[in-house]
Amino acid sequence: MADTIHDTAPHKADTLLGADELVINMGPQHPSTHGVLRVKLKLDGERVIGSECVIGYLHRGVEKIAENRSYQQFAPYVDRMDYVAAISNGLGYCEAVEKLLMAEAPPRARVIRVILTELQRIASHLLWLGTHALDIGALTPLFYCMREREEILKIFEKYCGARLTTHAFRIGGLQYEAYDTLEKDVERFCKGFDARIQEYSDLLTGNSIWIGRTRNVGVLNAADCIALGASGPVLRASGVKWDLRKAMPYAAYDQYQFEIPVGTNGDTYDRYLVRIEEMRQSRLICLQAIENIPAGPIMARVGKVLKPPPGEVYHAIEAPKGILGYYIVSDGGTQPYRVRVRPPSFVNLQALDKMIRGHLVTDVVAIIGTLDIVLGEVDR
Amino acid sequence: MSGAFQGVLAFVQAWWVELLCAMLILLVVPLIAGYIVLVERKVMADMQARLGPMRVGPHGLLQPIADALKLLIKEDLIPDNADQFIFWFAPVLSMTAALTSMGAVAFGPWFHVARDINIGLLFVVGISALGPFGIVLGGWASNNHYSIIGAIRSTAQLISYETTAGFALVSGFLLAGTLKVSDIVEHQRADNVWYVFLAPVGFVTYLIASIAETNRAPFDLPEAESELVAGYMTEYSGFRWSLYFLAEYANMIVVGAVGTTLFLGGWLRPFPNVRWLGWVDAFPALLLVAVGAYCVARAGKQPVRVQRLFMWGVAGLCFAVALIFALAAPVSFAPLKLAYAGLYGAFWFLLKVSAYIYIFMWLRFTLPRFRFDQLMRLGWHILIPLALVNVIGVGIGLAINSALGWQGWMTIVGMLPTTLATIFVGMLLIRWNDKHAAAASAPVVTEVREAEDSYAG
Repeated sequence: MADTIHDTAPHKADTLLGADELVINMGPQHPSTHGVLRVKLKLDGERVIGSECVIGYLHRGVEKIAENRSYQQFAPYVDRMDYVAAISNGLGYCEAVEKLLMAEAPPRARVIRVILTELQRIASHLLWLGTHALDIGALTPLFYCMREREEILKIFEKYCGARLTTHAFRIGGLQYEAYDTLEKDVERFCKGFDARIQEYSDLLTGNSIWIGRTRNVGVLNAADCIALGASGPVLRASGVKWDLRKAMPYAAYDQYQFEIPVGTNGDTYDRYLVRIEEMRQSRLICLQAIENIPAGPIMARVGKVLKPPPGEVYHAIEAPKGILGYYIVSDGGTQPYRVRVRPPSFVNLQALDKMIRGHLVTDVVAIIGTLDIVLGEVDR
Repeated sequence: MSGAFQGVLAFVQAWWVELLCAMLILLVVPLIAGYIVLVERKVMADMQARLGPMRVGPHGLLQPIADALKLLIKEDLIPDNADQFIFWFAPVLSMTAALTSMGAVAFGPWFHVARDINIGLLFVVGISALGPFGIVLGGWASNNHYSIIGAIRSTAQLISYETTAGFALVSGFLLAGTLKVSDIVEHQRADNVWYVFLAPVGFVTYLIASIAETNRAPFDLPEAESELVAGYMTEYSGFRWSLYFLAEYANMIVVGAVGTTLFLGGWLRPFPNVRWLGWVDAFPALLLVAVGAYCVARAGKQPVRVQRLFMWGVAGLCFAVALIFALAAPVSFAPLKLAYAGLYGAFWFLLKVSAYIYIFMWLRFTLPRFRFDQLMRLGWHILIPLALVNVIGVGIGLAINSALGWQGWMTIVGMLPTTLATIFVGMLLIRWNDKHAAAASAPVVTEVREAEDSYAG
């Protein structure tokens, strides 16, 4: 096999593998590359001496599709990018278009958006925690996480009928009024959830194998994070207190008190702690939000046919995985001239090579897990 | 012709008990292994707030049989670039080693194949150490990078942890003064104490090492499904794969059996010499009757005829064995007495082995997986020194006991100082290791190549 590689490669001298080197293709079919990520690893023994990400196996041309759909028609497509945090994607898109239309969702709609988005953040982090723990070899947390995520998905289902790709929000507000027991459901979930987070902590936080597997693994310092454009928990675990919910408040986040958890070392363990704490903070936001949901309309007057004035807009939100930005150019027609998405997973994935170099194969799966990527969003 | 026949006949007449045991082991162990898989899935489900297999038979009781049938009729794939013969041979080797080592395991007073073998446990350890060859060869023959990494991990892991297990066993051998399986058990009866109480550190180190030896989580690095897909088994499918699988579970039974024999009193019931606890003897019969009654009660509710027959069969087996247990005391019929002794011993033995295996499962579903260097560090920095210190400690404890002339329960007191000292040493080792462990996770960048090889692979 090695011979054929050398024969077809353009730069023979560069591509020769040393006698003690091994190339393995991790993915696109691999249990822990979180979808169809393919990482080519060059190994010395089990140590990674080089890597290359191959992406695009899930490319669906989402941005191009946008150019042939009206603004409303494209909204469900964004749910399919980060399909484990569809509501956050929808929020970003709807707010971006609202900005373009110079409209604003009514206060009631904004608060309900916050509640659902924060629940979605918890759900996304739960899925991350379960799969990350599974990658590191702890089988059981996955099922506990799924149990709680199920409760959140049930709330979504009651609200809009869908569980995963929800299309919960509309441009200009909400399509559906909050169902009667939404507050009660959210409150019941939040009340029970604190003890549940403690369960995960009991299983993992103090576990010496877990600490051994995550501490000092995949260290990314603040300067590297900023240089690579990493955002979200990956950035915050490196000690940078940057959260768009605080820095550039959108929806109704300026009304709520919450902390931005930050780490110090920027290693896998810190990212774990940051996300666990973020779930706690999201729970607090939900509890604050259900206290006082303002009455009033849920939809702004934006018209049935959206024709934003010519121009361009960039709007970013703090999605569970990092900064999710939408750049939309309008030519005054009913369809966007161009939509460009800045997906957090894609940008964070850039850091992978830097993080895994010099680690063992075993750490590679831990680091892919800690980046919390969703390939639907990376490949779009 | 007739000479050969008579030779065979003579052989059978001389060895019929052993042959019967061997047949039982060959037939029953794969079945038991299959059912351990079911139990494991049930235990896992219980710990993970699920139900586990529920469809095939009541509470999934027929699942192992359905799985075995499925695996038997699956397509038999051998990769083109694999080394055909070794690929074929490796799982067979693993399975053979696992079953052969079962030969010296004593399930009951007469219930073992190698009755007169005076190196019993050494034989078990030696033969079961052949099993990893199957893993290494299978990984090598697959011609797959994941497989080879798994195979190499397995080699290093097995070498390290066999050593620990060996030293841990030595501490038990010191106490028993013999390697013969039946004698070890009888010595524990005579000493009035299970050796786990005399050498607890030895037992714990053996427990940990045996988990690593059988490639079970948190030491399942050769398989490591989240990293190496399936490690050495990546290219295996169908029945070859299930041979590996059965070998793993058979090995669990073997290490459980060795641990039980040496440290947990083998086939003895708890407190075998305490007369007023004699009512415990009725426990096996009652348990079997209860299981049989449950099967009868549920048999009518099974939707498929095969399932009903299976339930009746299990019930019948339970009642038959219970009958042997019940009749052995009043009826004086030599073969019955013999069967009773063997089955009664096997009951307690298997109960202890089950408890031992339950610990395996419990740990598997609780702990994350070690990384390879951490595994090695645990083996060489903590377990091997600890096991060595423990051997010395047990030796000193024995000397103290014999000098003071203590026997029975008092020997635990004699062992106490050295046991505590060994535990203290263990804690020192762990602390020392922890100090160096964090730094080991840091990446080691040997060279940074500017031109990455985009075409390799």
